[in-house]
Amino acid sequence: MAGLNTKTISELAALLEQGKCTSVEIVTDVLATIDAHDGKIGAYLTIDRAAALAQAVAADQARAAGKKGALLGIPLAIKDLLNVKGQPCTCSSKIIEGYIAPYDATAIAKLREAGAVFLGRVNMDEFAMGSSTESSAFKKTRNPWNTDHVPGGSSGGSAASVAADEAVAALGSDTGGSIRQPAAFCGCVGLKPTYGMISRYGLTAFASSLDQIGPITKTVKDSAILLTAMAGKDEMDSTSIDLPVPNFAKDLTADHSLKGMKLGLPKEYFVEGMDPEVEASVRSAVEHCKKLGAEIVEVSLPHSKYAIAVYYIIATAEASANLARFDGIRYGLRKDGADPIELYGKTRAAGFGPEVKRRIILGTYVLSSGYYDAYYLRAQKVRTLIRNDFTEAFKQCDAILAPVTPTPAYRIGEKTADPLKMYLDDILTTPVNLAGICGLSVPCGFSSSGLPIGLQILGDSFQEANILKVGHAYEQTTDWHRRKPAL
Amino acid sequence: MADSTHMDVSYIAHLARIHLADGEAELFQGQLDQVLKYVEQLGELDVSNVEPTAHAMALVNVLRADTPRPSLDHDAVIANAPASRDGQILVPKIME
Repeated sequence: MAGLNTKTISELAALLEQGKCTSVEIVTDVLATIDAHDGKIGAYLTIDRAAALAQAVAADQARAAGKKGALLGIPLAIKDLLNVKGQPCTCSSKIIEGYIAPYDATAIAKLREAGAVFLGRVNMDEFAMGSSTESSAFKKTRNPWNTDHVPGGSSGGSAASVAADEAVAALGSDTGGSIRQPAAFCGCVGLKPTYGMISRYGLTAFASSLDQIGPITKTVKDSAILLTAMAGKDEMDSTSIDLPVPNFAKDLTADHSLKGMKLGLPKEYFVEGMDPEVEASVRSAVEHCKKLGAEIVEVSLPHSKYAIAVYYIIATAEASANLARFDGIRYGLRKDGADPIELYGKTRAAGFGPEVKRRIILGTYVLSSGYYDAYYLRAQKVRTLIRNDFTEAFKQCDAILAPVTPTPAYRIGEKTADPLKMYLDDILTTPVNLAGICGLSVPCGFSSSGLPIGLQILGDSFQEANILKVGHAYEQTTDWHRRKPAL
Repeated sequence: MADSTHMDVSYIAHLARIHLADGEAELFQGQLDQVLKYVEQLGELDVSNVEPTAHAMALVNVLRADTPRPSLDHDAVIANAPASRDGQILVPKIME
């Protein structure tokens, strides 16, 4: 059966279950598509063909022996900051080039147990610091819908691989929008789970109080399948939460009614300078949800406009501490110096790219003596106000509808010279990480130039079921997610 | 907020153990001064009665039983080191 790579996890699970295809056939189709298109797209850093095929053979054998499961034999692309035992994990940085992961991240171990196949490593902004994947030390990734445009970031390789059918689904990580924004730019579904939902063990840390692993998929149901497989308490991550994990996919039925659901529309999220086509698509999606039976209520998130300032203080502060481990001693690059201090300085100078250096310097500054109260402590206090905004809003609604980004994907090179300008684009995604709640990006239209537009659906902490329900109902009664880029 | 929206980039880079190349300090100086100017807006808010949020979930003293368990594969860990000898990571001399 040709074109297995274009199908969704749930479609392939059914075909595999009925014996109509094998995992080896799926992986073969995916690898052929990577060979045909990745020279143009640039999603992958490394492809582990032999291991992927061996895992596919093992999955087919396990199925023949009676093993079942929606992920058994499904090939996934993995963002290059999640440890997969035996594969490189470079975070798209020269400072850790050549590093081979000695263990599986917990999320990976769970997927491995479920029989998923790991295709290889996909590109990202260096250490997940960026919104366009242009800060990767290794290569440019292009948007499959228009290769002159960025795929978004930092999980740009993940989103581009899924949009180009070079993977059935992918994993990313979201610290300030890094799953939802590239998913929106590439016309995919991206889920940032609630903080604590998925163990962060084995996820290279950027900003530990904000980071979450999540899926980038072709449909909301596939997102639910991966969430169900990865969620749960893990003693290797003390911030993972001990709650029962429901089968999120099972609750997504053919009943697409949203009757009885209240959906909030935050007036602050239709920001000045928003592209009119984005605003029109999102407003039309809101109308669509209303037709499905949802009640639309206006809500207010008055501190939203401070989110970027808070985010770039807290995230850089945490990053400056987390990235101290890249010092040339235990792994990766080492540039010798006359003494250890000089070794650190030379190693970090040669190993980090400009965006990472900028953020480490900013983070070091906001934590430094004399500035801590003015920057870091104040940002943490405003973070409380942003959280409180959501707590109040969720008293009035079950989920919130909003745009993901102010504009569709911009051109490669358009914003690299002006870091602040690039940061400001995260205005609609960073509040979610600061509050620790969950958010989903679902395709809701295209610009007149053919670039995808995303609808953001936000839910309160551990209310993933609500946002998946809304996303699934919207998606299944529209056809945006069925469109494919011409490659 | 701090009285100044200007940081000494070279000094902070030294604290962060990053040697800056020629021109890099000037480039970052301009860009980061712009960011600091932007974050000044947090000064508009009265936060005198607001508790700081360090983490999305309030957690205190997460403990586990102190029982031995397998650690990472030694060879796989050492293989990632920039320099090693006899199964140990080789580091520069820190004292004479």
